[in-house]
Amino acid sequence: MTGLDTARPALTDPAPAVPCFYLVASRREDTGDTVTLELTEPGSLVPAFAPGQFAMLTALGVGEVPISVSGLGDSGGGRARRLQHTLRAVGAVTRALCAAQPGGLIGVRGPFGTGWDVASATGRDLVIVAGGIGLAPLRPVVLTALADRSRYGRIVLLAGTRTPGDLLYADELDRWRRAGVEVAVTVDQADSGWSGEVGLVTALIKPAGLAPGNSVAFICGPDIMMRVTADALAALGIPADRIRVSLERNMRCGAAWCGHCQLGPLLVCRDGPVVGYDRAAGLMRVREL
Amino acid sequence: MTGTVAARISAHPFFAALTDEQRAALAEDGKTVTFAAGERLFDEGGSADKFWLIEDGGIALDMRVPGRGDQIVETLTSGTVLGWSWLHPPCRWHFGAVARVSTTAIEFDAPSVRRRCDADPAFGYAVLRSFTPVITERLQATRLRLLDLYATPSQIRQHETRQADT
Repeated sequence: MTGLDTARPALTDPAPAVPCFYLVASRREDTGDTVTLELTEPGSLVPAFAPGQFAMLTALGVGEVPISVSGLGDSGGGRARRLQHTLRAVGAVTRALCAAQPGGLIGVRGPFGTGWDVASATGRDLVIVAGGIGLAPLRPVVLTALADRSRYGRIVLLAGTRTPGDLLYADELDRWRRAGVEVAVTVDQADSGWSGEVGLVTALIKPAGLAPGNSVAFICGPDIMMRVTADALAALGIPADRIRVSLERNMRCGAAWCGHCQLGPLLVCRDGPVVGYDRAAGLMRVREL
Repeated sequence: MTGTVAARISAHPFFAALTDEQRAALAEDGKTVTFAAGERLFDEGGSADKFWLIEDGGIALDMRVPGRGDQIVETLTSGTVLGWSWLHPPCRWHFGAVARVSTTAIEFDAPSVRRRCDADPAFGYAVLRSFTPVITERLQATRLRLLDLYATPSQIRQHETRQADT
């Protein structure tokens, strides 16, 4: 694995186990079960996040979950003054976080883990493949590339989702299209109002007409989706070390102390979540690690 | 589309398993066709007497579901093949197909191709080798979609409950 962000929490900056409290500045309902929270105006600040890194978010009195940043935020002075997280309500903690209203308090620890390292793809085409809520951690990749557009070749975004109603950032996708991002979306189950593609996200790869020799791929979604997508891209000729996946495991401490997120030789909270497919491929095929 | 049908078939990766001679034979059964957006190519249960190499545009495979109308099960884009029900008896379409947008394709006379396959096993084997990867790819994609990978745990529980109730 080369070229990945190495920004990791120093044990003294601030104590990784102690949350800073951020105010919910805004809450946007993206889909029926997914919201984007903008967090700001805290009493103390966690360090700035890189795209792909994650925070441990606390719903007070309920619990804590790892959530990747979904926006570039505002990182004045190297600190995270404003953060964006997109969450899907799937359990007690995420339901509580999704229900948070402006003015509410949320605990934030981080930033943790490796980032997408978009800058290392300078001069190359970006191939961004998202499955479901996996589009959220990839949103900062698109925003980073658009903020410095001339640095990159084509920006190709391929997104798969369960139904049209589950598609994240629908308005933003149109803006990205107008900004030159080649966006293709497919759904598993169409409804009567859907006029787009129906099928697995890998079906979008061939029509995209990629240039494998000059592409860097960023993939986020369910494990199996990432695996079949990465295999399809590798079969096309993109080298495995230029295919990055975002692994999701049972992150607890975030600082590589507790071992809950161990995946073979990796502690995903420290060595991931973003890992090169040259390293991740074998680990993702092991039934139990 | 530019070039003769024979030249386009020769250049297309779908028929890479065929020799030049076999591709030339296949081209005798092919012609260029266009479909307007919304035009239906075939209905479920109809005679599967054609197949198409989609060159530009897109096709939706659908199935009529009582009370829900035509449900799209999959879409196919340019560069891929449409139709393999002609390969085996009873040679009836398993789904319907409609052009989603204006579409250009090479249309093949399936009974004629089948006769060539029967008469020349080497040709038939090469044709089957062309179709098998596409069939496998779509089968695998369908299996993965059956896993409902993007569902939340509660959506999966609802689905399992519905299955248990039926």
